[in-house]
Amino acid sequence: MIELEGLTKHYSDVRAVDHLTFTVRPGIVTGFLGPNGAGKSTTMRMMLDLDNPSSGTVRIDGRHYRELRDPLRVVGALLDAKAMHGGRSAYNHLLCLAQSNGIPKARVREVLDTVGLTSVARKRTKGFSLGMGQRLGIAAALLGDPRILMFDEPVNGLDPEGIHWIRNLMKSLATQGRTVFVSSHLMSEMALTADHLVVIGQGKLLADTSMTDFIKENSRSYVRMRSPEQERLREILRGAGIDVTPGEEGALEVEGEDAAHLGELAARHRITLHELSPRSASLEEAFMRLTAGSVEYHAHENHRPPESPAQSPAGPGAGWGADWRKKGS
Amino acid sequence: MAVVTQALRSEWTKIRSVRSTVWTLGLAIVVTVALGALISALTKKDFGNLPPRDKIAFDPTFISFAGMGLGQLALIVFGVLVVANEYSTGMIRTSLAAVPQRGTFLFSKITIAALLAFVVGMVTSFAAFFVGQAMLGDYGATLADPGVPRAVIGGGLYMTLIAVFSMGVATMLRSPMLSLGILMPFFFLISAILGNVSATKKVGQYLPDQAGQKVMQVVTVGSDTPYGPWGGFAIMVLWVVAALIGGYAVLSRRDA
Repeated sequence: MIELEGLTKHYSDVRAVDHLTFTVRPGIVTGFLGPNGAGKSTTMRMMLDLDNPSSGTVRIDGRHYRELRDPLRVVGALLDAKAMHGGRSAYNHLLCLAQSNGIPKARVREVLDTVGLTSVARKRTKGFSLGMGQRLGIAAALLGDPRILMFDEPVNGLDPEGIHWIRNLMKSLATQGRTVFVSSHLMSEMALTADHLVVIGQGKLLADTSMTDFIKENSRSYVRMRSPEQERLREILRGAGIDVTPGEEGALEVEGEDAAHLGELAARHRITLHELSPRSASLEEAFMRLTAGSVEYHAHENHRPPESPAQSPAGPGAGWGADWRKKGS
Repeated sequence: MAVVTQALRSEWTKIRSVRSTVWTLGLAIVVTVALGALISALTKKDFGNLPPRDKIAFDPTFISFAGMGLGQLALIVFGVLVVANEYSTGMIRTSLAAVPQRGTFLFSKITIAALLAFVVGMVTSFAAFFVGQAMLGDYGATLADPGVPRAVIGGGLYMTLIAVFSMGVATMLRSPMLSLGILMPFFFLISAILGNVSATKKVGQYLPDQAGQKVMQVVTVGSDTPYGPWGGFAIMVLWVVAALIGGYAVLSRRDA
């Protein structure tokens, strides 16, 4: 179990992590979600006592990380696949970590086998691909057979087979009763692995909920309408007291109304419809909406202050949540 | 204590499993011994032409250490890489997650590296002495001469301390390039200039290498330093201690 209480980190004037309080429980996979720059990695580094919090505490099974005897036997972490000396072989990299925590040598071979790196154990890690580095990092995390595992963006650089493998690994680790804490900036990835979600944006806690509840609360359903007489359609809908939001490619989106009712309304006013389709937003969109107000790096065609992403002419595939802001405006 | 033993064992694995250890330490031995031999041989050839004053001040032991000025640079690279490579590779985060007690981590690393530098320093010093004396022939000294054992052992200690000083500096600066960019010119040029220009000599003689090299001298005719061989060595030790305290202060406070 990992408990965070009021965890805060300032960098001069920037608040990278802002009073985070949540608990990561054993037996389930907890997804740690947030856009790039939301403070996920900083939070994880503070959990491992690599960065000093400005205020607040992290407790690992009730104790501070620095008080742990042989911490690798309690917490295994993959932070950065490249956090190793490239001139050292995979075997020696793991061996020096094992020795520092009194882990038997035989365990090094075991974890190399688990992650499928036995054939390159004696190779220097300089020549490793990102995926191989990621696997070695996971081997290091598993080395001490720890009760708590932390992975920062573990699927980065892995091929589809590797992604499948890590998903199953995380699930099986949780099934064994371990605490599994995984960060990602991809909601779709989390939807497949996580049982519980902790969402942060600009260092602040946005959601701490079970995956099921998150889906229930955030899957927005709406009706998409398109017409050659878009303006008139909008007026008529407004006239009927229906809220309209502009959607993609000039379509209109209506929430909380039945598609049949909307079609009848259009027919009554003799408006041609090119589209009338009930839709539900993906989890990815739900996540973007949740974090829209707290995105650190928006993509802009023109440089604008980050406070006004709504006015930016961001096209499809622009920054996180840019589309949602556009819809909301 | 178990934590310390484990950390020491881990650091030994780290240091023996990278190539830079072998080539920096190997280079230190080769360069120091070879250059000392060359200069000793040239000195022997030229001895007859030396003015009487220089003949009186002639120090065969110190001449055989003439390669140390260059050889110490290899030990500086060794000391810097042992520490700063942790930062430049990102390994430091993995290392500190494994050993979160930062004092234990740092001093285990420095202990292992210093022991290795000590062994290499002693081998270098003795080898440079014996080869150098062989080249000097009749003008050479022997280990039985007064002050010579102290100078030869001092040479090994000097090289060890140069490496440890570099480790302390690298812990403060973290970047290998920055550390080398400061230490190499300092020990190769700046210190020598400050120590030889009369206006700055008074300050220069308190620099770590200038003071530390005093222990390697046997004949001190014409020398006007206010400290003796071990006094100079003690000044160097103070520099090293200061660098280590600085390094520990930075490591214990800053984010990794």
